Amino acid sequence: MADAQEFLKDFPLLNHKINGRKVAYLDNGATTQKPEQMIQAICGYYGGCNANPHRGAYALSIKATDIYEGARKRTAEFIKAKRPQEIIFTKNATEALNLVAYSYGLHNVHAGDEIVISISEHHSNCVPWQMVAKAKGATLKYIYLEKDGNLSAEDIETKITERTKIVAVTQVSNVLGLKNDVKAIVKKAHSVGAICVVDGSQSVAHMAVDVSDLDCDFFAFSGHKMLSPMGIGVLYGKYALLDAMEPFLRGGDMIEYVEEQDSTWAEVPAKFEAGTQNVGGAAGLVAAIDYLEKIGFDRIEAIEADLLNYALPKLRELPFIELYGCDSTQDNKTGIIAFNVKDVHPHDVASILDNDGVAVRAGHHCAQPLHRYLGQNATCRASFYLYNTREDIDRWIESLKKVRGVLGYGA
Amino acid sequence: MALDDVYTEVLGEHSRNPDHKHKLSCATCQMKGKNPSCGDEITIELQVEGGIVKDAAFTGIGCAISQASTDIMAELIRGKSVEDARRLANKFISMIKGELVDEDELEELDEALALKNVAHMPARVKCAVLAWHTLDDALKDQK
Repeated sequence: MADAQEFLKDFPLLNHKINGRKVAYLDNGATTQKPEQMIQAICGYYGGCNANPHRGAYALSIKATDIYEGARKRTAEFIKAKRPQEIIFTKNATEALNLVAYSYGLHNVHAGDEIVISISEHHSNCVPWQMVAKAKGATLKYIYLEKDGNLSAEDIETKITERTKIVAVTQVSNVLGLKNDVKAIVKKAHSVGAICVVDGSQSVAHMAVDVSDLDCDFFAFSGHKMLSPMGIGVLYGKYALLDAMEPFLRGGDMIEYVEEQDSTWAEVPAKFEAGTQNVGGAAGLVAAIDYLEKIGFDRIEAIEADLLNYALPKLRELPFIELYGCDSTQDNKTGIIAFNVKDVHPHDVASILDNDGVAVRAGHHCAQPLHRYLGQNATCRASFYLYNTREDIDRWIESLKKVRGVLGYGA
Repeated sequence: MALDDVYTEVLGEHSRNPDHKHKLSCATCQMKGKNPSCGDEITIELQVEGGIVKDAAFTGIGCAISQASTDIMAELIRGKSVEDARRLANKFISMIKGELVDEDELEELDEALALKNVAHMPARVKCAVLAWHTLDDALKDQK
């Protein structure tokens, strides 16, 4: 099997000892750790190339502009966008999705229209649509789940109708870890004249993404969940849509002419990038893309599948563990496992695992509607990435066996 | 810090078998408290008569630390004056924040002292103090 040790050496934080031991970092759904190559790219930018892009006529500013626009081109190639202008840099996926809600949603959804999202959406692909629906007198409808956690095929068929203007779905659920067939959902949305917004936050670092093949209208993701720094995110949008949209934020660098009372806008993508942008972050994103492509997504998927297949039988042997989204009838489970320990609140579980140097997430994972739908107040979540090893899984499982005892319950 | 410095027997006992987790039919006031990021949600019910907390109970969901802390608090404040209950709440919160460490000063917190090591667990401080903040809110307008 692919040996993740080979990659582990690239991640300084994972080689540090915290309280005398290395951390078994299983919270990659929240953010990934950063490879030395990416960290060096940021240092290289600030140490040798920093200036404000798009403004100065001097050599450094031109260099910064090249780096920034080069990152746009590289990102377009990475997700197979047709042209670099279809890549808008944002702060994160949340900002990207808000951009679509404010600049497309508020102008294209009207009273009586419908917006369709799934019950497994992260709050970032739910709350902005609540805002649009309320502001425009539209209805927000939900695609619920089959028993195995996958999106209800019947709901997809019946809830996306002639009244639907926007369909917004995640490619991979951040709690259940199930990959949705977004290509089919995009097709369904287009068949009724709606556009489709895809949240790629949990997919883009873990599998090859081809936005042209998906034919989605918008695709959003965060850099920090794919080895890059926090503060750089991406919105892909089809050029014709972006071109017709109003700006999101207004100010420097996004204008053409500014008169006393009125302004005209710069071309796409500058129209959507007001103010000085995160050029260092974009340089880091490029280094992350280079790193991922060098390894290849076939290999990354194989590593995560190995960890999943190693962990699941061990978890199923523990009678006090309840699993969510682990019985998919389709071959679409990714390296995200939501679970609970019987009688023990997820926060206590996470604290006890932390004491053994195992980092998992506990809470509602920014998916309160899904937890309510599952009848769970909260869950724990372990999520894997390319540097995780079977040893990390062993440490997690061994620590889980202690949890009930710490709280005074029998095994 | 060792895990059993926080997950003490006292904490385990109160979280598994809370004495005061029930509705209070004769409640004169109630107050909800929540930690949205954790999903902890409690409702504290109090019977306050003549400036005395005659009875206290709670319902809701949360982790072992927040549930035990709430149960211990309910036990501690029963029979205390409103003024004393609020003073104890503030004393407990100071202990968990690490601002108050004098053992003589803390003695009157009684069983709640079992939670003092939560002060060394920054991620769990808000679990421990939830009930006590909620109590303080509930008693603000009580005479």
